[in-house]
Amino acid sequence: MRLRFVIGKIAGALGTLAFVLVFNFFLFRVVTDDPIGRLFRGRNLTPDQIEAKRQQFDLDGSQFEQFIAYLGQTIKGNLGDSILSGRPVSTEIGEAIWPTVFLVGTAAVLSMLIGVFLGIHAGWRRRGRLDASATSFSMFTYSVPDFWIGMLLLAVFSIQLDLLPTGGFETAGSTRTGLAALADQFVHMLLPCLTLTLAYIGEYMIVMRSSIIDTVKEDYLQLARAKGMREAEVRNRHAVPNALLPVVSLGALNFGYILSGAIAVEAIFSWPGLGQATQEAIRGPDFPMLQGLFLVTSASLIVANLLADLLYGLLDPRVVGR
Amino acid sequence: MSAPVSDGPMQEPSDPEGSRDPVDPLHFSPRAFARARRRASLRDFWRAFRSDRLAMAGLITLLGFVVLALIAPWISPESGLSVTASGGNPRWASPSWDFPLGTDHQSRSGAAQFVWGSRVSIFVGLAATVITIAIGSSVGIVAGFFGRWTDAVLMRITDWFLVIPFLPLAIVLAAVLDRSLRNIILVIAITSWPATARLVRAQVLTVKQRLYVDRARALGAGRAHVIRRHILPNVAPLILANVTLAVPISILTETTLSFLGLGDPTRTSWGKVLEQAQTEGAVLRNAWWYYLPSGIGIVLVVLSFTLVGRALEEILDPRLREDGR
Amino acid sequence: MSLLELRDLHITYRSPRGDVPAVRGVDLTIEPGETVGLAGESGCGKSTIAGAILRLLPRETSVEGTVLLDGQDVYAMNPGTLRAARWTDAAIVFQGALHSLNPVQRVGRQIDEAILLHTDLSPKAATIRTGELLERVGIPAARARAYPHQLSGGQRQRVLIALALACEPKLLIADEPTTALDVMVQAQVLELLAELQRDRGLALLFITHDLSVLTSTCERLAVMYAGQIVEQGPSHEVFAHPEHPYTTALARAFPTIGDPASRLNPSGLPGDPPNPADLPGGCAFHPRCERAIESCATDTVVLRPIRGGRAAACVHVPEPSR
Repeated sequence: MRLRFVIGKIAGALGTLAFVLVFNFFLFRVVTDDPIGRLFRGRNLTPDQIEAKRQQFDLDGSQFEQFIAYLGQTIKGNLGDSILSGRPVSTEIGEAIWPTVFLVGTAAVLSMLIGVFLGIHAGWRRRGRLDASATSFSMFTYSVPDFWIGMLLLAVFSIQLDLLPTGGFETAGSTRTGLAALADQFVHMLLPCLTLTLAYIGEYMIVMRSSIIDTVKEDYLQLARAKGMREAEVRNRHAVPNALLPVVSLGALNFGYILSGAIAVEAIFSWPGLGQATQEAIRGPDFPMLQGLFLVTSASLIVANLLADLLYGLLDPRVVGR
Repeated sequence: MSAPVSDGPMQEPSDPEGSRDPVDPLHFSPRAFARARRRASLRDFWRAFRSDRLAMAGLITLLGFVVLALIAPWISPESGLSVTASGGNPRWASPSWDFPLGTDHQSRSGAAQFVWGSRVSIFVGLAATVITIAIGSSVGIVAGFFGRWTDAVLMRITDWFLVIPFLPLAIVLAAVLDRSLRNIILVIAITSWPATARLVRAQVLTVKQRLYVDRARALGAGRAHVIRRHILPNVAPLILANVTLAVPISILTETTLSFLGLGDPTRTSWGKVLEQAQTEGAVLRNAWWYYLPSGIGIVLVVLSFTLVGRALEEILDPRLREDGR
Repeated sequence: MSLLELRDLHITYRSPRGDVPAVRGVDLTIEPGETVGLAGESGCGKSTIAGAILRLLPRETSVEGTVLLDGQDVYAMNPGTLRAARWTDAAIVFQGALHSLNPVQRVGRQIDEAILLHTDLSPKAATIRTGELLERVGIPAARARAYPHQLSGGQRQRVLIALALACEPKLLIADEPTTALDVMVQAQVLELLAELQRDRGLALLFITHDLSVLTSTCERLAVMYAGQIVEQGPSHEVFAHPEHPYTTALARAFPTIGDPASRLNPSGLPGDPPNPADLPGGCAFHPRCERAIESCATDTVVLRPIRGGRAAACVHVPEPSR
């Protein structure tokens, strides 16, 4: 039974991935039927040069032929070359992945831990002071654009107090290695990470809180109390494991969003990750890069979805069936 | 308060519009009765809404901003936005009587940008949401009501859209299309409708299960009639609450897209102001008067919609109401 | 010394919309090894009493009067003593077993938990004991690894019974243990309860709305209406010769299986049980009573003793002669 569940989910994920590939390909062709014209609008090229560019980008031949060529290349890992830098897209993306994972991954973990903790305590005893302040805080951060928080933090800690650097992955021209380099990167990561953590906390807190509130009404908690358990034990051993289920799904999904990254926040802090790559690609416009980035982020989201489903199946025995 | 409006008899008698006294047995008209009941429940609704002070604060704030946006041409001439007209002003001036919100890198008035920016931000937020809800609700209702193949196909499409990461999709779409207000609205709508469709479909499924729908069908009601009289009134409250919660998302998306440079270059919006703040280094120059107001405006508008939306949700869905509220 | 003594118990639920009196002056005594039934419709307060015995009612509830469990005042205990007393002095078998069991925990583990809370047994020893308990209630020990949703309704109820016996309580409180079950399964569970009670000399407080069930399982029974006991006495006698009009109606509503007379003359009670927040004046039953007289609307009647250890609270019962 469990095997069928797993295989079903994997098949679904592969199907969606296939759809994304098709979608990715046709998006750029369908929306504009002359990608080369768009690409080089404003720049003077002779018809011959345009034709040559078309060949270079495999844009001759029928749509279908182009699609097959595209599939073939993608499977081999060749996502084309960046227009702006001339380097392979896969290389550019590869270099940008780690800074993004480092920054957004840390923020995701932190925000989940803190948000869940706040949510548990806010929801367990409603209308307490913690509930009111945590809820207001979450609603507030939910209403704010994440990059604006970054601007404010930058203004306070970097400009006014001059405590932290204004951006970048590490100090420019740094020759530090090993632990010293890591420490330097860590200092640079503080503000952007804080920005993202604040932005993400709200969602976890709200979801966890309402999940706990739903759980609090359950009868099996009453039975646990009747057995003679301490209130905190009842909460931690019975309520929380049940209440965590939706949060786990959410967390796994959000990890998928990691690679789509904090585009705007990376821009504020000049963080050399996928977000910044995307921004530069937009300004180009660097279509091969955009296409490659889109594929990578979609794929990571599909994988994260799959893991979330599998994880949920692992944790909730009612889902896996019979 | 949210009792289904369709409990009444299916057939309306030939007795037209209404009688003076809806409960007068001799001149009883179901339509008048339903109207009176609707009026009473609206009054209850308003009373419940008024008791939520936060929601009222949100509503007032929203109305304030809408008024501000509407009277913009009168309180702040559009010339304040033009670079050429601002030539004589100081650059990066901090707030003063002449310029309550200072000036920017091109000597334009920050206050003018704030006021005119509100128009675009709010308008795009509302317009995009309306389209989102229109598409999402239609898909949700059709999928939920007709079920089977229609449902399966529509839901597959919806799921595909949900799987594609929201922001990258919006960015890609905005990048390949021309940069205009219309396209931004379209992009937001295209990326947001699946969530609404899912919600509406779930609600339609719940309503469909209720017995009175079966009874209506047994009585011979046509499908259009059932949708109009039974499904819609019970789904409408959910859609309404969803609208007020969807507007914040639209506004925030527009802000982010504008910030990334994908907005309409000929108009200013709060997101655009922030974009310029970023590219011209307003933060580094400590020009707080430039990047603070737009952000605050966004927060206030979004927060207000959220508060109002939550109050609506709680009032309209009796299941969400907590005891003793 | 009685095992359970309730003296002049008044329980009121507090809510922002007003106070709701659920129990209005109840006296009840249970001796060790005695079986007592508590009958009444929903809302009469019988489940509230079950919760009150182990102090499981919500914090805002006001409890006045005395609850003595094995001689100790439950409401004067400090939290530690209370937790120790729960499950070891008295245990509850709840109704609706699907909601009373934690859905994401195996049933065996939930029984182990009770054992480990109150004894010094090692986890392995606890598991063995759980196996024994399950076998005793007719479930193979291997089923301890099942999740609640994998068991049938009857099996789940047996698990709850096994759980209740885990710490060898002196008093077993069964709150509608068979209400949600099919008739056949009901009979089996009742049989099991009777067996266990006899083997272990347990005292049993059986709460239900089905009067006929009580006659076969309990020596004594008390009938509740609107928060008060309106009749009590040996179960067979009360059932066969009720003195209070409510008892008469209740007895008629549940025909005894195999008794043609009661089968041919079924009848329900007119009207609905009163809303505890808005009780009628005088005798709470008078609006539905076929023997009501004028004074019933204004004068309240307390339990009047009748020969043979019986009592009923009705104006038609002659006052005790002095």
